[in-house]
Amino acid sequence: MIKIEKRNDVSPSIYFLTPILAIFLTLFGGGIIFYVLGFNPIEALKFFFITPISDLYGFSELLIKATPLCLIAIGLSFCFKSNNWNIGAEGQLIFGGIVGGGVALLFYGHDGFYVLPIIILSGAIGGMMFAMIPAVLKTYFNTNEILVSLMLVYVAKLLLDYLVVGPWSNPEGFNFPETRQFSESARMPILFDGLRIHAGIFITLITVFLSWLILYKTYLGFQIKVSGLSLKTAKYAGYKGKTMIIIVFMISGACAGLAGVGEITGPIGQLHRNISPDYGFTAIIVAFLGRLNPVGIIFASLIVALTYLGAETAQIFLQVPKYTGQVFQGMILFFLLGSDYLLFFKIKFLGLKKNEL
Amino acid sequence: MYKYFLRYIISVLFLLGISAQANADFKVGFVYVGPTGDHGWTYQHDEGRKAVEAAGIKTTYVESVPEGADAERVIRQLAQSGHDLIFTTSFGYMDPTNKVAKDFPNVKFEHATGYKREHSNVSTYSARFYEGRTLLGHMAGKMTKTNVIGYIASFPIPEVIRGINAMTLAAQKVNPDIKTKIVWVFTWYDPGKESEAAQALIDQGADVIMQHTDSTAPVQVAEKAGVWSFGQASDMQRFAPKSILTSIIDDWAPYYVERSIAARDGTWKQQDTWHGLKEGMVAMAPYNSAMGSDLVKEVEQLQKDLASGKTHSFTGPIYDQKGNILVAEGSVADDGMLAGMNVYVKGVEGDIPQ
Repeated sequence: MIKIEKRNDVSPSIYFLTPILAIFLTLFGGGIIFYVLGFNPIEALKFFFITPISDLYGFSELLIKATPLCLIAIGLSFCFKSNNWNIGAEGQLIFGGIVGGGVALLFYGHDGFYVLPIIILSGAIGGMMFAMIPAVLKTYFNTNEILVSLMLVYVAKLLLDYLVVGPWSNPEGFNFPETRQFSESARMPILFDGLRIHAGIFITLITVFLSWLILYKTYLGFQIKVSGLSLKTAKYAGYKGKTMIIIVFMISGACAGLAGVGEITGPIGQLHRNISPDYGFTAIIVAFLGRLNPVGIIFASLIVALTYLGAETAQIFLQVPKYTGQVFQGMILFFLLGSDYLLFFKIKFLGLKKNEL
Repeated sequence: MYKYFLRYIISVLFLLGISAQANADFKVGFVYVGPTGDHGWTYQHDEGRKAVEAAGIKTTYVESVPEGADAERVIRQLAQSGHDLIFTTSFGYMDPTNKVAKDFPNVKFEHATGYKREHSNVSTYSARFYEGRTLLGHMAGKMTKTNVIGYIASFPIPEVIRGINAMTLAAQKVNPDIKTKIVWVFTWYDPGKESEAAQALIDQGADVIMQHTDSTAPVQVAEKAGVWSFGQASDMQRFAPKSILTSIIDDWAPYYVERSIAARDGTWKQQDTWHGLKEGMVAMAPYNSAMGSDLVKEVEQLQKDLASGKTHSFTGPIYDQKGNILVAEGSVADDGMLAGMNVYVKGVEGDIPQ
């Protein structure tokens, strides 16, 4: 007979070490998969995890890929910490992109330092407003935020489709589903010549710092944590649960909106149907891998970003199927959740007693 | 920064070096928008790549590259890792391709279906799929009993509108009473949406269905409903053996082989290629004998005439929906007009979504 018991004493250092363990297990598991597929595992892992960042360009690409993941995951950590399951960051990203992109098109041909800040701000507000829909429905009508936020992803996607196909499509673009290229004044400044890394990284770093400040140094952060640990305690303490739910969704949505506007004003430079390769969903893995901790999320976003780049390099050099990248992301999450389970629960193997037979 | 430029200079010197020594390391890269197993657009490009490989040239591909921010990195990586010729096979790669081409003047780039050639090392290529649509129109016009032809369209870009018009004109020639009904699905590949569209068209009385989307769903719906259909991009016959009259096949292989050899031997030049039935970039799958041997013979003759240039898909007089003349009697539409086509011809129902 097997008995599962909750452990009461989980040391914090092990709690933060398990993600690293999960990564090593993933490397090991990945090596086995490569071996089974007929590749030299060491060589394949090298192409997967080292080659992509062996030069400055690769490193800049890693940061570009990690930036939206980090931003969204930081926002999600507010929701997840307080037991609010916002699954629709992808939709909030897209809606932020739509609002920011709309403003960018409005300012088409305008020069001026104020253009970009207005676009970025409107993108953040766009994401925030979109995230408020599931929050308000949850607080006032008791709807399930998982379903509502998830379904709103499709609403945002279809709205973007409609806009780039119809009213916002490039008048000189032969009806292709895309807007004009934004003016130079609406683009994130490039930091180094020849690289694509742009000023959006500063926005991300500032957001990470502010999140840390809010989560660990303010009363609101304390409320968020307490509500996450026990909703009843929070109620007894007299916290205004409804306001808090709306606030965490607003923060989360604003971060996703920022990520969206960073993509369209950064490397993409226009609106089209593919502004996000599901960053909003991948960021959920990032948030948990980073233990919902701002610093942890920075590292987690870099690692998950690397699995994207690695999948490309491995296919170029070894013709490994591109989807191994997703297999790696899945394995990381699997091993993390698996080790978490063993971390929080004890499995006892008891002998069978006579009277049970 | 310094390191980056050093790498760049070294790679350029390296490329110059290998072009001097008979290109022993000549490599061709392909960037695909979908998985190689999609049985449509990407599958056919990969068949082309295999033909290049069979010609003794090393190739590499990267599949499922999103058309957003990732495309530029993948194209740049291929250029940086010693590929001498790079085919980017989706419209959304147009700007990234030109951007990377600027930084790698010694690498040749070929972009499918685009119109921007901003640097001398960028060529563009596409196929005259509309010639295949003319053949489809002829068959559809003859085979329909309800005089309603259903058309599943992806995006209202000139290529798709050209196909609708070419098909309608050819069908009207053999059957003046036909009407073309269109459902826009705004996707290139979505089996669910495509089959719904096919069903909606059948419900509206269409007894011939054709598609400008890549999944096999519409022909399967047609097979079940007992109406005629046509395959797209690759031969889809085995997905609907009774219903499919033929398929338009995108055959990129001859072009890919020719351009790869030209690049290897140093005779590659920038060009804008638009090949059709004549060059074999557009090919037709075997015709279904269910349409009768007379009709098969007719269509085969029409195919020959289109290939030889004796017949043109857009021969005047052609009128738009309001009855204004588009192409005068006795003349044919020039390539400029075809490239920017954004009005329906008479006989097509509905408006182009704007």
